[in-house]
Amino acid sequence: MRLIIKNGRVVDPANKIDGVLDILIDKGKIISVRKNIPAKACQVIDAKGKIVAPGFIDMHVHLREPGREDEETISSGMKAGAAGGFCSIVSMANTNPVADKQEVVKFILRKASEEGIISVYPAGAVTKGLKGEELAEIGELKEAGVVAVSDDGEPIRSSFIMRCGLEYSKKFDLPVISHSEDKDLSQGGVMDEGVMSTILGLPGIPRQAEEIMVARDIKLAELTGGRLHIAHVSTRGGVELLSQAKKKGLRVSAEAAPHHFALTSEAVKEYDPNTRVSPPLRSHEDVEAIIKGLGDGTIDAIASDHAPHSLEEREVEYSLAPSGIDGIETEVGLALNVLYHEKKIKLVEIIKKFTTGPAAILGLREGTLSIGAKANITILDLEKKWVVDKDKFFSLSRNTPFHGMSLKGKAVMTIHQGKIVYNEINNG
Amino acid sequence: MDWKRKHLLGLEELEVEEIEHILDTTDSFREISTRAIKKVPTLRGKTIVNLFFEPSTRTRTSFELAAKRLSADTVSISAQTSSVVKGETLKDTARNIEAMQIDAIIMRHSMSGAPHFLSRCVKASVINAGDGCHEHPTQGLLDIFTMREKKGSIKGLKVAIVGDIAHSRVARSNIWGLKKLGAEVIVVAPPTLIPMGIEEMGVKVCFSLDEVIGKVDVLNILRIQLERQKCGLFPSIREYSRLYGVTVDRLKKAKKDILVMHPGPVNLGVEMAAEVANDPRTVILEQVTNGVAIRMAVLYLLLQ
Repeated sequence: MRLIIKNGRVVDPANKIDGVLDILIDKGKIISVRKNIPAKACQVIDAKGKIVAPGFIDMHVHLREPGREDEETISSGMKAGAAGGFCSIVSMANTNPVADKQEVVKFILRKASEEGIISVYPAGAVTKGLKGEELAEIGELKEAGVVAVSDDGEPIRSSFIMRCGLEYSKKFDLPVISHSEDKDLSQGGVMDEGVMSTILGLPGIPRQAEEIMVARDIKLAELTGGRLHIAHVSTRGGVELLSQAKKKGLRVSAEAAPHHFALTSEAVKEYDPNTRVSPPLRSHEDVEAIIKGLGDGTIDAIASDHAPHSLEEREVEYSLAPSGIDGIETEVGLALNVLYHEKKIKLVEIIKKFTTGPAAILGLREGTLSIGAKANITILDLEKKWVVDKDKFFSLSRNTPFHGMSLKGKAVMTIHQGKIVYNEINNG
Repeated sequence: MDWKRKHLLGLEELEVEEIEHILDTTDSFREISTRAIKKVPTLRGKTIVNLFFEPSTRTRTSFELAAKRLSADTVSISAQTSSVVKGETLKDTARNIEAMQIDAIIMRHSMSGAPHFLSRCVKASVINAGDGCHEHPTQGLLDIFTMREKKGSIKGLKVAIVGDIAHSRVARSNIWGLKKLGAEVIVVAPPTLIPMGIEEMGVKVCFSLDEVIGKVDVLNILRIQLERQKCGLFPSIREYSRLYGVTVDRLKKAKKDILVMHPGPVNLGVEMAAEVANDPRTVILEQVTNGVAIRMAVLYLLLQ
């Protein structure tokens, strides 16, 4: 059945379109984008007053399958993604077993295609077992379908191995996604180092633990000509280093996570384990720098670093809790609330961070409403007021510091290859 | 004043009036311990559990005696004998203890924030007997009580806290309490043992004991732990002692009526010379005596 989305404000940064237009979809592809398409023999979605954008991409998601299916399965993570407004997600390699072999990547892709509601693009490991010692078979991983390689969760400690990873991946044109943390400096830290960690008596992680590694990786990108992507940049210094690297013309990109622009280390005050995340929540100054970096293009993408954890793991002393926030269902709401409604960044720029930004890094032919493109569409209601309720998550886990927070702006419909996979528009 | 608080987790959250009320209540409880029959019926029928996940002699005994002198029933659990060794979580341990109808849990734990977590798991009152590097509120209160007793008032008092400020819960509780009551606080340590941003807590930072010893009314000396040297924070106990140990010679430069304190246990000859420990201006044992009264006051206020 043909689908027509009428009367919405279509914002498609890839084609520089911003206006009230209709979109006609057939056989999973975009057929036409223009005014007043006649609605004959079509399912009609009235998007009046809403934003119709290319399908959103989240390039940093931890699905816990294989290994921790109690926390998230490929299926539940995909449903959570659809509910969060995402048509495509990148799954990180730190599953158990690690996605360092074709079999694991093929397993993920098979499971994802069985579920089918959105697209899952796996990232493979840079090194075997994420140990940082020997390169994984990156060529075979690429054949199996990975769109990036990353040891995320762990930094690659050895500069030499990181160099090899960046260099070797050039053959396959894969970006190397770096979890930039100097673990020798961060020691056993559990939060940002500063007056809050001093007051709370918790071991701190200085910003320099991130900055040193970002600087190293940029130097290695310079040395090798490889494609470097910095995951979840959290510090002002990190943003400055990225800005310099981009000015030099290096092949460097970066993402920021919503919690790093929506919260500061103040949120740790009551020792809520849901505020523990790696890299940690930082200061106001860092938040401002990340927002500025998103606004000026230093940071290319917004990505959730969705990291589900079970209740048992969270109901413990702060220092024993694992790092990570279950964030894919609050991501778009936080971006619209903090970046759009607080007038920090223009809507079209925010949409780029979810579409053309990640698509370019990953080499995906997505994030656009071009005629003939996959009909992946995210519809936003900028004015919708809602309260985060973790108990309504599609994700199997509940670890969020945003529970109970009132937000304005939400993804209200997700269309994946012409199929409505999430819908909270009443008339839909 | 009307006491409303259910838990004592730290001095940071206490109002000035609450701290003063605890100190005033302590005054009236201190006398009980000097009687031939050291017991009053105030908390008869209440059950208090001492839950200690770290070794402690002084604090645990002090709490236990305080509870007993108020006629409460007490049980002491240490991590070595509890089911924690079988892998039971803190939440489960606490909820099982609570299911036996208890009124308060006094907890010592190696991790900062553990009592805050505990207070969210149980309905009983939670008293922090020291959590990681965060706070040790009753130690802070007994130190302040002792200073007030010896010096008359806290307002305007100059207090130097010397030692491993970065890892000290005693330092943090002292800082909050003393600042609220109007003292001037200087923290003295090698730069590696001064935590980042501590000036924002309202204290001055000094790296030299010799610079401050002549200017302060109170020296509160902290225990230095050997583990800190092993992980690279200072080169040797010998060098630490030479630079930060309170020796007879150093004490000569101090004000004549200086008060020297230490939360114990003291590393004699390291942070403090034995002669200094025996000096009449050193009040370590009076601190211990006052500790029982402070804890009686705290238990009374929280459980009455």
